[in-house]
Amino acid sequence: MGLNMIVTVKQVPDTHDVASDAMKPDGTVNRAALPTIFNPEDLNALEEALKIKDRVGGKITVITMGPPKAVDVLRDCLFRGADDVVLISDRKFAGADTLATSYALKCAVEKIGKYDIVLCGRQAIDGDTAQVGPQLAEKLGINQITCVTAVKELSDSFITAQRAVDGGHEIVKSKFPVLLTVTAEANEPRSPSAKKVMMYKNIDKKTTDESYDETYMTAGDNAALTFIKEWNVDSIKADPEQCGLSGSPTKVKKIQSVVLTASNTKQIQNNEQSIAALINELRAEHILG
Amino acid sequence: MSNFYKDNEDILFHIKNQDLSRIVSLREDNFNEKNKFPYAPQSYEDALDNYDRVLDIVGDIAGNFIAPRAPGVDAEGAHFENGEVRYAQGTAEAIDRLKKADLLGFTIPRQYGGINMPKTIYSAAIEMVSRGDASLMNIFGLQEIAETIYKFGSDDQRTRYLPRFTSGAVTGAMSLTEPDAGSDLQSVATRAEQDSNGDWRITGVKRFITNGRAQVSLVMARSEHGTSGGKGISLFIYDRDKNMKIRRIEHKLGIKGSPTCELQFNGAKAELLGTRKMGLIKYTMSLMNGARLGVAAQSLGIAEAAYREADKYAKERSQFKQSIRDFTAIYEMLTDMKVNIEAARSLLYETSRIVDIKEGIEDAIEHHVERKNDLGEDLKRYTKFASLFTPMVKAYAAETCNKVAFDALQIHGGVGFTCEFNIERHYRDARITNIYEGTTQLQVVAAIGGVTSGVVLERLNDYENSNDFNSVAPKIELARRLRTHLESAVSFVKEINDEAFTEFHARRLVEMSTDVTLAYLLCIDATKNDRKKAVAEAFLSKAKIRVKNALDYITSNDRAIINNHQKIIG
Repeated sequence: MGLNMIVTVKQVPDTHDVASDAMKPDGTVNRAALPTIFNPEDLNALEEALKIKDRVGGKITVITMGPPKAVDVLRDCLFRGADDVVLISDRKFAGADTLATSYALKCAVEKIGKYDIVLCGRQAIDGDTAQVGPQLAEKLGINQITCVTAVKELSDSFITAQRAVDGGHEIVKSKFPVLLTVTAEANEPRSPSAKKVMMYKNIDKKTTDESYDETYMTAGDNAALTFIKEWNVDSIKADPEQCGLSGSPTKVKKIQSVVLTASNTKQIQNNEQSIAALINELRAEHILG
Repeated sequence: MSNFYKDNEDILFHIKNQDLSRIVSLREDNFNEKNKFPYAPQSYEDALDNYDRVLDIVGDIAGNFIAPRAPGVDAEGAHFENGEVRYAQGTAEAIDRLKKADLLGFTIPRQYGGINMPKTIYSAAIEMVSRGDASLMNIFGLQEIAETIYKFGSDDQRTRYLPRFTSGAVTGAMSLTEPDAGSDLQSVATRAEQDSNGDWRITGVKRFITNGRAQVSLVMARSEHGTSGGKGISLFIYDRDKNMKIRRIEHKLGIKGSPTCELQFNGAKAELLGTRKMGLIKYTMSLMNGARLGVAAQSLGIAEAAYREADKYAKERSQFKQSIRDFTAIYEMLTDMKVNIEAARSLLYETSRIVDIKEGIEDAIEHHVERKNDLGEDLKRYTKFASLFTPMVKAYAAETCNKVAFDALQIHGGVGFTCEFNIERHYRDARITNIYEGTTQLQVVAAIGGVTSGVVLERLNDYENSNDFNSVAPKIELARRLRTHLESAVSFVKEINDEAFTEFHARRLVEMSTDVTLAYLLCIDATKNDRKKAVAEAFLSKAKIRVKNALDYITSNDRAIINNHQKIIG
């Protein structure tokens, strides 16, 4: 049948080996001091898309928002089997929190236009918020299945996926279009293909504001890409006010290393009443608000 | 988590320092595929960069995917159920991963779906895969089957079979050995007869067939009836159907993930490869030489794995209030292991380069007949070198592998004898390397001609002429002294001119040649790197004793064993 899939990925600092200079005094991440890697669960999202493509065919377009160096993760996506890749890069995107990030990604996804499934990693190892996927689904006005651990059924109009919940799993069915956030449990990402590595090792980005070329999406597997598309604020028709620092209500005040000492845990029911009670409790203790 | 390419400084040293310009130029034929395949290199530097990147992928898969599954593969082994062979789960997963990474058409030309890597790079890849799981080499390393079809098959056969190999749709096997034709392949009894349609039909039993479950195999059978020697034998391509039964698989000491099958051919239809009667004397010899190089690389992989286990254990184990690695007896063992592994690696790459040049020239002559006269002399030289170096490296690497595994287990002490540690697996896996694809004793038979006829000296002259040894003067002087010992021993044996005497000393002469060659190769390495100076010095310090001892024994003209062996063993 062939499904159109969009995968969002992020280049993140490698937090495996964090040294003392990992943070700047102003509380932001000192990216210069850390090597960058492909955010691990985004690789799981890409792998899940590739597995879907192996099963039913389709096209995979990968988007990343980041500085020019982020083309490294897009090359890696091509090495592993993505059909097309897009870098969203503009100084106006700098300093984006999750809200501004999901807004920019939403604009890019809408520019691509035709899609059945959007796949995101559950969360990135730098911010650890797990917010961008769900926000993107909300902004696109589509269904979302978060914390996916396995794709079960696939048809030309719906997907059935297993998602992790506290103490077990649940099986969820959704019609297309749908957004999935994928966990590390879902799969073991494949290795890069030798041929694709040799084919794409030198591919570079090229600014393009041509409207997204959908003919490529059906051009067949053998058409090698000649460049990585680079889009900016204007080409994805984004409102600059909603991008980057100006579109980000989150401001980092201070960052400190907190060692959790509490030993008690409390489980609450998954209903509105219990959640409201929890929020009230957190407010009362000034943890929120 | 480790990448077996990036974590191995010695492999990196060779890959970064060796001159592959002639090999790349032969293999890429003036980069004539650069506009045809987007993954073909544009230049020498581009080709080297491709090799580096491909090895990086292999190293990642070997270290992070294959190695963690190896203990499970060893415990589970290959299965034989209802007449069919099933791989252990880890083996099946590893093959799938290698297939998806486009690594199963490693040396096959691009037009058939391969990635056209030279043997030198393939040897490095086999070493890394074998370090992860020795038994997997017997599938990854069997790409020689496809290569034999490429070398000797018709265009039609190439087109029909090679893409199936390179896409990973099929694996291969070489069906040579029989219950009564092991080392003595000339006695194969499996028959090939043409039926009334002119199709070849194969009947007989093959034994010890590695990966005999393969879909496509090369089967050696007697096509000329009434003959008994090697000249009545042809080689056939067999695409598996119901007319071949797997009778059983062997229960083995090691490499348990690799299914070793007994096959019964019942008039199974096959097609002739190349021309009749050339099966053993040309095609199988070529096939086996490729496989021998593969086993040399496999040996090195097992040795590397065993050495690292021993080194890690020695660092962690403390006795008498100190790390056992600081005891003289232990550090001498570890140093010998490391030096001999590095020596074997230098010889492996040297042999692989020789084979690459030889095969590159053969390919060049096939594609550019007009160059036959220019290249003919060189082809002769490199064919001679390949015929000597292939058995030499197979013997040396396999024996080194066994010695390293033996000592690595020794360093573990009592726990090494338990199944709790990886070393016992490496020790068991090592044991096949100096047996299959020709025992060490048979490698000696294959190599001795090149020793007595002076081929080894011709290669040493090449080293003298193409290197500046000034920075390693005392070491090269010692290597030259060892060379004169070798020359004296060979002259002495020739003067005696007694077949029994030559045969008796054949292994010693081949080992002397290997030591002298290694002495030169390590001196060449030492000109490029300071650490390698210490390696060369350590190697020479022991090689000079071995070579001198061998010379003394040979020139003593002692006959105690030749004359008395019957009295002693009855």
